[in-house]
Amino acid sequence: MYSEKVMDHFQNPRNVGEIEDASGVGTVGNAKCGDIMRIYLDIDGNGIIQDCKFKTFGCGAAVATSSMATELVKGKSIEEAMKVTNKAVMEALDGLPPVKVHCSLLAEEAIHAALWDYAKKHGIEIEGLKPPKSDIHEDEEEGEEY
Amino acid sequence: MMGQSIYLDHAATTKTSPEAVAAMLPYFTDYYGNPSSIYSAGTAAKGAVMQARETIAATLGVKTNEIYFTAGGSEADNWALVAAAEAYASKGRHIITSKIEHHAVLHTCAYLEKRGFEVTYMDVDENGILQPEELRRAIRPDTILISVMFANNEIGTVQPIKEIGAIAREQGILFHTDAVQAYGHMPIRAEEMNIDMLSASGHKFYGPKGIGFLYIRTGLKLRSFLHGGQQERGRRAGTENVPGIVGIGKAAELAFQRMEENTKKERALRDYLIDRIEKEIPYCRLNGDRERRLSNNVNFSFRFVEGESLLIMLDMKGICASSGSACTSGSLDPSHVLLSIGLPHEIAHGSLRMTVGAENTMEEMDRTVEAIKEIVGKLREMSPLYEDFIKKNGQ
Repeated sequence: MYSEKVMDHFQNPRNVGEIEDASGVGTVGNAKCGDIMRIYLDIDGNGIIQDCKFKTFGCGAAVATSSMATELVKGKSIEEAMKVTNKAVMEALDGLPPVKVHCSLLAEEAIHAALWDYAKKHGIEIEGLKPPKSDIHEDEEEGEEY
Repeated sequence: MMGQSIYLDHAATTKTSPEAVAAMLPYFTDYYGNPSSIYSAGTAAKGAVMQARETIAATLGVKTNEIYFTAGGSEADNWALVAAAEAYASKGRHIITSKIEHHAVLHTCAYLEKRGFEVTYMDVDENGILQPEELRRAIRPDTILISVMFANNEIGTVQPIKEIGAIAREQGILFHTDAVQAYGHMPIRAEEMNIDMLSASGHKFYGPKGIGFLYIRTGLKLRSFLHGGQQERGRRAGTENVPGIVGIGKAAELAFQRMEENTKKERALRDYLIDRIEKEIPYCRLNGDRERRLSNNVNFSFRFVEGESLLIMLDMKGICASSGSACTSGSLDPSHVLLSIGLPHEIAHGSLRMTVGAENTMEEMDRTVEAIKEIVGKLREMSPLYEDFIKKNGQ
């Protein structure tokens, strides 16, 4: 069901943990849908992401996308981190099964939420950054067929 | 292929027993004749079908001509519900079932709702038991059918079927039970329990897949499921799945012969597993009733942990189990059964079902507990919910 890369990042997740006094923390998703992702960012004075950690409650794909997302933003500038989209995370993982695409959206949302927190704390504005949604699945409706 | 693994998913399916396979084989290559033909290869097949039907009828204490072979449990459920609803529609259009039925029943009910029937989905208590007195109160003058499963596939809770059957009989309402998880695992007497229709499936008790049956009590005027030839007394046309029927017959014979011995073994494994998990893993909850429970079922929720992650990690250690997590179902909602017994979503997502078989060993139970301990620990370390919980409550 999952690609080798997904399995690798699920079995050996990179950057699991917390950052004390993090520059920005973002938590997205909800327990109802079974996915909660929290991203910690350590951003230096030059706006470079020095460190990134995550904690995730969720399926294999949720863990793997969190892990990959942290890898993709580490060492990057805020601008570059803004370009880490769900598509980029998915491509880096060699794809996800269709039912798991929402997990990659969650990773993008989590990075944005952490950046939002950072921006708020420092009174700055990041171009293109929108306030985090409290529930990324609130617009979704399941079709019913019998 | 599955030799090295620890198979703890017997409620999903069982392996076909070697005895059943051996009984089936001649009906592929030697006695492959059509049971409807008059030459001897056909009559041999016909005789084998008859024998299987007799075996199964005897296990339920019913008449041979009340057993109708189907392609499995879902077909039997679909047939029973739709045909009964149609047949008694002139009397009323109200059906009662429970919230924790298998989707074969729930989705058929939803279909019937679209066709103008009204369905009451009964609540169950926190252990998954439907209270017969509540059921009695839900009955209306236009109620034509009650369908309540014998035992639940996820949490193993066994319903008070005899009481429910008695109420249905007293009120003159048809009573169907989906006994897919129970048949072959516990004694069922259709007449004593006032069961009018009962569904079962071969591969849940060491028979082959693709074969099941529906018991229909004599006197019920149900329409045919498939129209065509005169097979199954004209109610389910199509050339019989002779090897499958022989296989389910053999499996039923063995299941009832070995029931006492097998359930005793299963119960010991089940209780050992439950006991160790409860003692050794904090923040877990046993789902389902402790006493009124299938002998093979263990279902736990582990807080702060998501079920699919748990399953994949167990699989990597060669342990096959299942979960009520949304991620294993392809939808965003966790198991309707776990939600119906009152579990919050995040706890329902962290459920693990292990269903043992008589061939499992205590050593396998030990390995399983050790694996779960390690994996749950690892996933909790990774869980923001656990982090918040610890920060709030201390270690």
